[in-house]
Amino acid sequence: MAIFLTKDSKVIVQGMTGATGMKHTKLMLGDGTNIVGGVNPRKAGTKVDFDGTEVPVFGSVKEAMEQTGADVSVLFVPPAFAKAAVVEAIDAEIPLAVVITEGIAVHDSAAFYAYAVSQGNKTRIIGPNCPGLITPGQSNAGIIPGDITKPGRIGLVSKSGTLTYQMMYELRDIGFSSAVGIGGDPVIGTTHIDALEAFQNDADTDLIVMIGEIGGDAEERAADYIKANVTKPVVGYVAGFTAPEGKTMGHAGAIVSGSSGTAQAKKEALEAAGVKVGKTPSETARLARELLGG
Amino acid sequence: MDLFEYQARDLFAKHGVPVLAGEVIETPEEARGATERVGGRSVVKAQVKTGGRGKAGGVKLADDPADAVAKAEGILGMDIKGHTVHKVMIAEMAPGIASEYYVSFLLDRANRTFLAMASVEGGVEIEEVAANNPEALAKIAVDANEGVTEAKAREIVEAAKFPAEVADQVVDVLQTLWTVFIKEDALLVEVNPLVKTEDGKILALDGKVSLDENADFRQPDHEALEDKAAANPLEAAAKAKNLNYVKLEGEVGIIGNGAGLVMSTLDVVAYAGEKHSGVKPANFLDIGGGASAEVMANGLEIILGDPDVKSVFVNVFGGITACDEVANGIVQALELLQSRGEDVSKPLVVRLDGNNAELGRKILSDANHPLVQRVDTMDGAADKAAELAAAK
Repeated sequence: MAIFLTKDSKVIVQGMTGATGMKHTKLMLGDGTNIVGGVNPRKAGTKVDFDGTEVPVFGSVKEAMEQTGADVSVLFVPPAFAKAAVVEAIDAEIPLAVVITEGIAVHDSAAFYAYAVSQGNKTRIIGPNCPGLITPGQSNAGIIPGDITKPGRIGLVSKSGTLTYQMMYELRDIGFSSAVGIGGDPVIGTTHIDALEAFQNDADTDLIVMIGEIGGDAEERAADYIKANVTKPVVGYVAGFTAPEGKTMGHAGAIVSGSSGTAQAKKEALEAAGVKVGKTPSETARLARELLGG
Repeated sequence: MDLFEYQARDLFAKHGVPVLAGEVIETPEEARGATERVGGRSVVKAQVKTGGRGKAGGVKLADDPADAVAKAEGILGMDIKGHTVHKVMIAEMAPGIASEYYVSFLLDRANRTFLAMASVEGGVEIEEVAANNPEALAKIAVDANEGVTEAKAREIVEAAKFPAEVADQVVDVLQTLWTVFIKEDALLVEVNPLVKTEDGKILALDGKVSLDENADFRQPDHEALEDKAAANPLEAAAKAKNLNYVKLEGEVGIIGNGAGLVMSTLDVVAYAGEKHSGVKPANFLDIGGGASAEVMANGLEIILGDPDVKSVFVNVFGGITACDEVANGIVQALELLQSRGEDVSKPLVVRLDGNNAELGRKILSDANHPLVQRVDTMDGAADKAAELAAAK
């Protein structure tokens, strides 16, 4: 099982032929991802060799899907062109689009998210500004290092890339069903709640780790959702207790505005929903370990 | 990026939102000519990026150009909630005001859409209206792709119960304000108050605009709107080097990779500081995934240049980047800084984990730099960095 991504996923890469796309396509292939194509209209019909694996380049997402049956696209497209690329993926009705790109204008993300909704939500968007997702031992769609951990029974959802890696590392001996980086932008496609719902319904997940950070109220909403719908144990971590008001902390969405979006409020909301919240990443890992029975 | 009122006024005027004439000045004497140009009388308004300036005495009426100079003299240099007034706007005196309204467009993060807010109870902080009289604040979702059509603008006007005699004018204002929101890649455009004058005209008297810096690539004019004078010099220097840096009040300099991990590092250092004389993190600095020697050197240079910093905590989790590259980066960065003649005398605590961590740690141990200490857990390293900062 796992969520959103399995060994059967057929993955294409939009922006594969750029430097970042090339680097990470190679790494994803190394992690066992079934990459069936790249998309670049200017290089359509050519093939790219990744250490002996030939990956064909298609002129469009639609063509790639028709030729290969692809059901996941990973996007390494620069910010100025990201909106058009995501819209193309939505028009082709690919079931999952993972937008790694950082620095996309909010008006563009809001527009492609609204477009996905208006087209009937046939495409799940993960990101933007995210590390993607990994189902260890099966498939990797994005830039999460594939060698941190192994398959296991923890599900992880996080706004932050490096905190995802840190948490996977802390719990590497237990392993993960899937780990999903949903991104640190103000407008993102897949939320904590979407991932919580999927993990709750995933037979291979016994415990969920949820990592949040300052800004917005996604964690508070997730807490309400957990209270009403999640029966599996959830362990939480929130970053940014020391962040000052009104300053963007690296991620475009990580900003405390007035008294809203604080780490303290998020922690309290999660605790009120019965979530054990760690003060540090390592304490969070300890809490997860305890709940899994050592 | 939040703008000053005068910058918001200029953007409103550019896109056709009705505003009064106004000019920004930085010295009292300029108030004379400016007041002459806006009609002989003026409103002298402190330009600060905070609310409540009227109550603080930052807005005064001037009866003539000489009076405007005197009023500007009193306002320039004032402190309003920790913001020093460096600029004032000389605005045309508003005609008699009959009513004050409120309109805004903003990003609704929770619903991942845009939101229109409108109220016939303007002129006060809108948070107060929302808290005390929520039914007086209409909130209407705006689809990012459909935008504010005339029909949508009418829906907003009706929801907020604007009087019939101003409805058409407010519909126009909403559509032009939406143009500002879209064309300028704004995260917020707010008019408060939007006024009806005694002769029945609708005018935007005061406004707030916040712009999306991720859109700078297609907004070449926005760079000029930055308030470079107010920027912290360390933040300005970091920005010039493309570093993601925020200055904080503390003693432990922080470098890490990834925004989430760096935020977490600040928290862990603050907790550790509770046991070490209350020392705190001195900054946020995310050097990103790459963490090359050059980027590390640039980051260290900014942090070591902060006189408040007593110790430095380098916290890196090697994801795609291998820790041996990061370790080499640190060693080379210190050499680079010493060769540039920088004062490198503050202790560094380095924690490396993840990809090739063992190799990276060995490189640090072999380099045996007198200032560098290796601690292999995040909590332990934070404690050591706090202890070193407290001991100084």
